[in-house]
Amino acid sequence: MFAAALIVLRETLEAALLIGIVAAATRALPGRTRWLAAGLLAGLAGSIAVAAGAERVSTWFDGAGQEIFNAAVLGVAIAMLGWHVIWMRVHARELAGQARSLAAAVGEGQRELSALALVVALTVLREGSETVLFLYSSATAGDWFGIASGGAIGLAGGVLIGVGLYAGLLRIPLRWFFTATNALVLLLAAGMASQMARFLVQADLLPSLATPLWNTSNWLAMDSLPGRVLQVIAGYDANPSGMQVVFYTSTLVILLGAMAHARTSPTTAPASHP
Amino acid sequence: MRFSLSKASRLLAVLTLTVDLSAHADTREVLLVIRDHVFVPGEVKVPAGEKIRLVVDNQDNTAEEFESHELNREKVIGPKSKASIFIGPLKPGRYPFFGEFHEKTARGAIVAE
Repeated sequence: MFAAALIVLRETLEAALLIGIVAAATRALPGRTRWLAAGLLAGLAGSIAVAAGAERVSTWFDGAGQEIFNAAVLGVAIAMLGWHVIWMRVHARELAGQARSLAAAVGEGQRELSALALVVALTVLREGSETVLFLYSSATAGDWFGIASGGAIGLAGGVLIGVGLYAGLLRIPLRWFFTATNALVLLLAAGMASQMARFLVQADLLPSLATPLWNTSNWLAMDSLPGRVLQVIAGYDANPSGMQVVFYTSTLVILLGAMAHARTSPTTAPASHP
Repeated sequence: MRFSLSKASRLLAVLTLTVDLSAHADTREVLLVIRDHVFVPGEVKVPAGEKIRLVVDNQDNTAEEFESHELNREKVIGPKSKASIFIGPLKPGRYPFFGEFHEKTARGAIVAE
């Protein structure tokens, strides 16, 4: 039961932290709760579907199906997060001065929310499908009560940490709030890019460049809770390959460059109606 | 010089590990079997500085997740199925791995030398 709780906690953590950050980043947008809940539900349904089809997916691309699937899912999530940080850059002023913001944000905000709901769905699907496979294979081996209760405890732990992060983020003063959440989303995207590189190297589709480029596992191990949290939030890796570092830094540089070029919308301009 | 070194390491490899060179002449293959939630062999020696295709054959009726923080790898392997995981080129050293779904028993290590 304890082992099951630990595994489910580990797998839930990534989705829970991501949802915590995304929920905070979209606090000024109307309809947020509905969109994010829809993303969560779609992700849960997708987890079961992916777990059921896992064996078939694995055989695709000459056995590299699992890696390519994960890399593709991460790629879409990175694109959506990238769009979010640029969109926030353009609309930050409106959102910070909340009185003016809402009316202007409603139309475009819905598209923005649908992109983030997709990120939530994809992240839940990726981690959730592994959890489903674990729970299913353990339950068939017997002791399903222990597995189920352990799983529930692990899930509750993950949710608690996600809610904790969300509550903590809401305490940031509004002046810095969107800068802070934007920075977090930027790091999330870079961390996903690093994971994407790891899958592509694992499938031998990209060279590793160096394995590992450095090793900091004595300082902060990946199997510790802080290591895992930092991995999700900032893409921390104790033994990254050279390719992972290339993906991580290029994502940061490209998105920061795009943010610098994205002009903030003038507050005096009327809201555009397409 | 290079030839004799690789010859020596290959001879050593043949003597000490389960190596299958038949499929890909360029990438060395190492076979790892999961049986009753245990990796066989529990410790695999591989040459350092060379890319390796790790073929994990899960003979159990349950899924397993091959995971290693040191090798920076994770892959789910379905029941009664095989999966390939590329690792390396590694620096000399010991790289532990485990089966995340049965962490108590499924433990092993790659030793690069």
